Amino acid sequence: MASFLDAYTAPKKDIPRRAYLTVSTLVGVMIVVVWCALSYGELVRGDFLPTPGAVVGAAISGAGDGSLQENTLVSVIEIMSGFIIASILSVPLGILMGSFKVVEAAIEPVTNFVRYLPVSALIPLLILWIGIGIEEKITVIFIGTFFQQLILIADVSRGVSKDLLDVSYTLGATRRTVVWRVLIPATMPGVMDTLRITLGWAWTYLVVAELVAANKGLGYFILNSMRGLFTDQIFLGIIVIGLLGLLTDQAFKLLRNRMLPWATAT
Amino acid sequence: MGDGDVMAAPAAALKPAKLRIADVALRFTPRRGAPVTALDRISLDVRDQEFSVIVGPSGCGKTSLLRLVAGLIEPSEGAIWLDDKRVTGPGRDRGMVFQSYTLFPWLTVQQNVEFGLKVAGMPLRQRHDISRRFILQVGLEGFEEHYPRQLSGGMMQRVALARALANDPALLLMDEPFGALDSQTRSLMQELLLDIWQQSSKTVLFITHDIDESILLGDHVYVMTARPGRIKEMVEIDLPRPRHVDMLTSPAFMALKRHIMRSIHEEAVRSFASGEA
Repeated sequence: MASFLDAYTAPKKDIPRRAYLTVSTLVGVMIVVVWCALSYGELVRGDFLPTPGAVVGAAISGAGDGSLQENTLVSVIEIMSGFIIASILSVPLGILMGSFKVVEAAIEPVTNFVRYLPVSALIPLLILWIGIGIEEKITVIFIGTFFQQLILIADVSRGVSKDLLDVSYTLGATRRTVVWRVLIPATMPGVMDTLRITLGWAWTYLVVAELVAANKGLGYFILNSMRGLFTDQIFLGIIVIGLLGLLTDQAFKLLRNRMLPWATAT
Repeated sequence: MGDGDVMAAPAAALKPAKLRIADVALRFTPRRGAPVTALDRISLDVRDQEFSVIVGPSGCGKTSLLRLVAGLIEPSEGAIWLDDKRVTGPGRDRGMVFQSYTLFPWLTVQQNVEFGLKVAGMPLRQRHDISRRFILQVGLEGFEEHYPRQLSGGMMQRVALARALANDPALLLMDEPFGALDSQTRSLMQELLLDIWQQSSKTVLFITHDIDESILLGDHVYVMTARPGRIKEMVEIDLPRPRHVDMLTSPAFMALKRHIMRSIHEEAVRSFASGEA
């Protein structure tokens, strides 16, 4: 036991893959066990903490009448629209902002101002301007992600080694070539990481937007379930969001490894 | 030195200057503080197929001098000519190898070597022929499809050298290219470079703070002063070629080393005392 502790408590030291998986699984199982004990053992009231069975039941009935799929689809459409529009604009602008002082001077002060405004504080205004339809949700997600992406991507672009650009000039590249064939490819791993991180944030903004005013979507589903004290449905909504988040994150990881094999850890 | 040396070596005098640096000064004003003269009245000629080395204490502006020749920065005064054409910006006639690793991480070894040829619009077949030749020359056959992150530091610098040579530059600029390598790898790289230079007879301007390296490689070693950087003296390295790492302990080598070391040490002390380094 002592040697076990000794081997597994050294900072930054690798542990066997099997041990890693065992620990991960154990914690997962423990969470479920504690949940089962608390709910089935009636240590906590049922309308506070639903049983796993009740959540599965809610999933089955939600899938049965199609409401679960519908709400999920609405949320996915909202988040993807807002996120994709934000990314299409933030990636080129961010790259320019990090490498061209003129662009930086033009955009950075405004960005830094907007970036510190909590998006939730803008929701009332957005409702007034845009209403409570899907456009408003997309706008909330857009504002929430765009400015953060811009700053992060500008940093990535700023971090591209100047020597890399200089060596390209000495190899005969023009400015244009350097931007297209050197600067942009050099930023790609950082850009992908930024997108992956901000996609996680987009989920937060989505739920915030839907909690305030919506008649569809997973956030609405959760809020509406609260009104009827359907804790099992609340849990279902949260778990679905968690799973979707996990799924998109893994998809991004896969995409990055596919698109940028040269930047993948061995 | 200077005129006297040229007179004493009539064979060298026959060759015209390939690179001419004439009265070059470089000044800049930091955001805070007084204007700085980094380089002052630098003049030197590099003749065709010569291997010239610049050594100097750190902060003396040797890297700036190389970047001036590359056209990456502009001199405040004076001018630089390569083959009687004034240098006004960077160009493929002056290939450069940097101290930092500057391979394009998203390109394979072969694609890296072909980068300059590709931006020049050379057809694929021809590009492949050239890259194959230089990859072979730097001893990296079998690594064509590797990405830079799969290579060691020495291998990366070999690719960087092959990439610069593939463009067939009139002048090869090297800014402490082996500075980040361990000493064994550095020796091997020096021998490789000597070998390639002997075969290709390129004109080289090489920067280092390693005195052994400067003597081993150079036909001439220029010693720079502490800031403001000037050319303090030119030392003719009359060791026979081809050179070999074994020469490092020969009496002739040691004498040259002693001379250059003293010369640099004076400058280092001066710059240390003035708080520049």
